[in-house]
Amino acid sequence: MNFKQSFNLAIKSLAASKMRAFLTMLGIIIGVAAVIILVSLVDGFKNSMLEQFNSIGANTISVSIRSRGGTRTVNVDEMLALCDEHPDILLAATPNVTATGTAKIGTEDLSSSITGVGESYLDVTTSEIQQGRFLTYNDINTRQKVCIVGSYISKEFFNGNAVDQTLKINGNTFKIVGVFEEVADSTEGSSDDKIIIPYTTVRSITQFSFVSSYTFATVDESLSPQGKTIIENFLLSIFASDSYYTVMSMAEMLDMVDTLTSQITLILVGIAGISLLVGGIGIMNIMLVSVTERTREIGIRKSLGARRFDIMSQFVVEAATTSAVGGVVGIVLGIVVSYVAGTLLNLIIKPSYLAILIAFTFSAAIGIMFGYFPANKAAKLNPIDALRHD
Amino acid sequence: MIDLKDIYKIYVDGDSEIRALDGVSLHIDKGEFVAIVGQSGSGKSTCMNIIGCLDVPTSGTYKLNGIDASTLTEDEQAQIRNQTLGFIFQQYNLIPKLNLLENVELPLIYRGYPQKKRHELAIKSLERVGLVDRIKKFPSQLSGGQQQRVSIARALAGNPSVILADEPTGALDSKTGLEVLKFLKQLNKEGNTIVLITHDNGIAEQAKRIVRIQDGKIIEDRPSQSVQQGGLQ
Ligand SMILES: Nc1ncnc2c1ncn2[C@@H]1O[C@H](COP(=O)(O)OP(=O)(O)OP(=O)(O)O)[C@@H](O)[C@H]1O
Ligand SMILES: [Mg+2]
Repeated sequence: MNFKQSFNLAIKSLAASKMRAFLTMLGIIIGVAAVIILVSLVDGFKNSMLEQFNSIGANTISVSIRSRGGTRTVNVDEMLALCDEHPDILLAATPNVTATGTAKIGTEDLSSSITGVGESYLDVTTSEIQQGRFLTYNDINTRQKVCIVGSYISKEFFNGNAVDQTLKINGNTFKIVGVFEEVADSTEGSSDDKIIIPYTTVRSITQFSFVSSYTFATVDESLSPQGKTIIENFLLSIFASDSYYTVMSMAEMLDMVDTLTSQITLILVGIAGISLLVGGIGIMNIMLVSVTERTREIGIRKSLGARRFDIMSQFVVEAATTSAVGGVVGIVLGIVVSYVAGTLLNLIIKPSYLAILIAFTFSAAIGIMFGYFPANKAAKLNPIDALRHD
Repeated sequence: MIDLKDIYKIYVDGDSEIRALDGVSLHIDKGEFVAIVGQSGSGKSTCMNIIGCLDVPTSGTYKLNGIDASTLTEDEQAQIRNQTLGFIFQQYNLIPKLNLLENVELPLIYRGYPQKKRHELAIKSLERVGLVDRIKKFPSQLSGGQQQRVSIARALAGNPSVILADEPTGALDSKTGLEVLKFLKQLNKEGNTIVLITHDNGIAEQAKRIVRIQDGKIIEDRPSQSVQQGGLQ
């Protein structure tokens, strides 16, 4: 008896008791679907996180200073001068000052984030100017009340022509000199709902003590560690203790996200794997029942000349077919649910081919492994005992 | 060809033992038509199962075509069942979920014949028993006599040299029983060795030789009346 015949036989036997076959498969279906859904979702989360990081730029290093350390403090010019001292490593730097305050256009309140930055801001982020211009050295130096707005503000309030219009921040009138290119979807609260002003101007419109946050960009992503060391050494020389500041490179962050998500994936897949295992035991259970039910059939087949291997392969193929069919159904279910969940969670889901491959191979292997024991039991039956069975 | 020597088959049940076969020696030549008769529980089926390599004796030697069956591996025994022997059972023993054609093809599948050859042989075999117009039917859709004919077709399909029939007429009325017997006679004429188990003396007399078993022992071994009377049948 060859494989094709065993396979036809298996299909026939499954078709003969569809409900039972389905229930047997259910464990595998759920296990496989769970693996695919979990891997896809974690992947989707990871990608959306990476996308947000990417808008900052993979070659950036962020510095945050917690307080004025003792007697000494660091000033903006010293920090920015690091770039001039190490032009082959550090490309540019900008202070980041979050301005607390409310922006108004006419009488309408905005929920936009307001950030004060330096003229090198464009070099350290992936933002681009779509209309008008960016802040100049002069704007910064002379504390001009000018700003660049995100595409949401431009579209929503100025019909896309925001340049040379004005808005008010905490009662101060700011002139809009430029508009950023769209980075998200130009909706309220997205990354397109922002206002950028000179960091020096922040002092004029709100309470402000010192610049606590900087973003550096290295010449190349690969120079991140060197850049980080330069900044850390400089800060250490000033504060004499590393407890007053944090220097974090985007490369490190990406690594962390990577490690974290792969750990989460591993744990989730492990849990899903357990359900696959349970599914496999379900198959073994049903196969054992099936061997008992079909003892007489086995006796008949043996009386007609079936060898051990023939009986064995019949049952192993049946178990493997059960779990493989369950695996395929599980894959389809997993992909569908992943997409639905992705849509609901606003994630871009790409079902992982690796997860699908592993889930399928694993389920087929489980079928063979757990089918082996009952099949062996069937194959070892004494022909006459099997024939007498009823 | 079939050679049983001092065959014992003893079942131990607690302290008591049942001697299903109690020192049976029997020789059957190629082309014989032997009826094994005896009361219920006398050991007929046990004897046939040993001849059919379905069961092994507790002691004694059984040689088939000169080969000691006890020296054969399980797979070699399976091969003998497949190629040399054809079984007809009282309970027909058809597989319910396979149609007639598939049932008859079974021994040919295990012989490794390709699909086309299997098909041809199975059809030919079903033709002989007059059921070729129902090959897609399932066993449950047939009468007992028809099912027994299918099991005969299955036994014939691989053209085995020995046919072992354990009460093939037991579940049939006398008319259909005689029909089945006619087949066996026909097969014997064509040169097949036939071992037929029955407790019906009338049917036994249709064979050429009668072996009577009682309590696991052979108590009589003689040519049948039809042979004694006519010489030829
Ligand atoms: N597996 C077994 N375990 C115990 N005893 C058995 C077993 N198989 C058969 N026997 C006993 O062996 C004896 C012979 O049984 P066998 O089936 O050969 O009788 P038989 O002549 O075929 O009877 P029948 O005409 O009713 O079919 C019986 O007493 C039976 O109870
Ligand atoms: Mg019997």
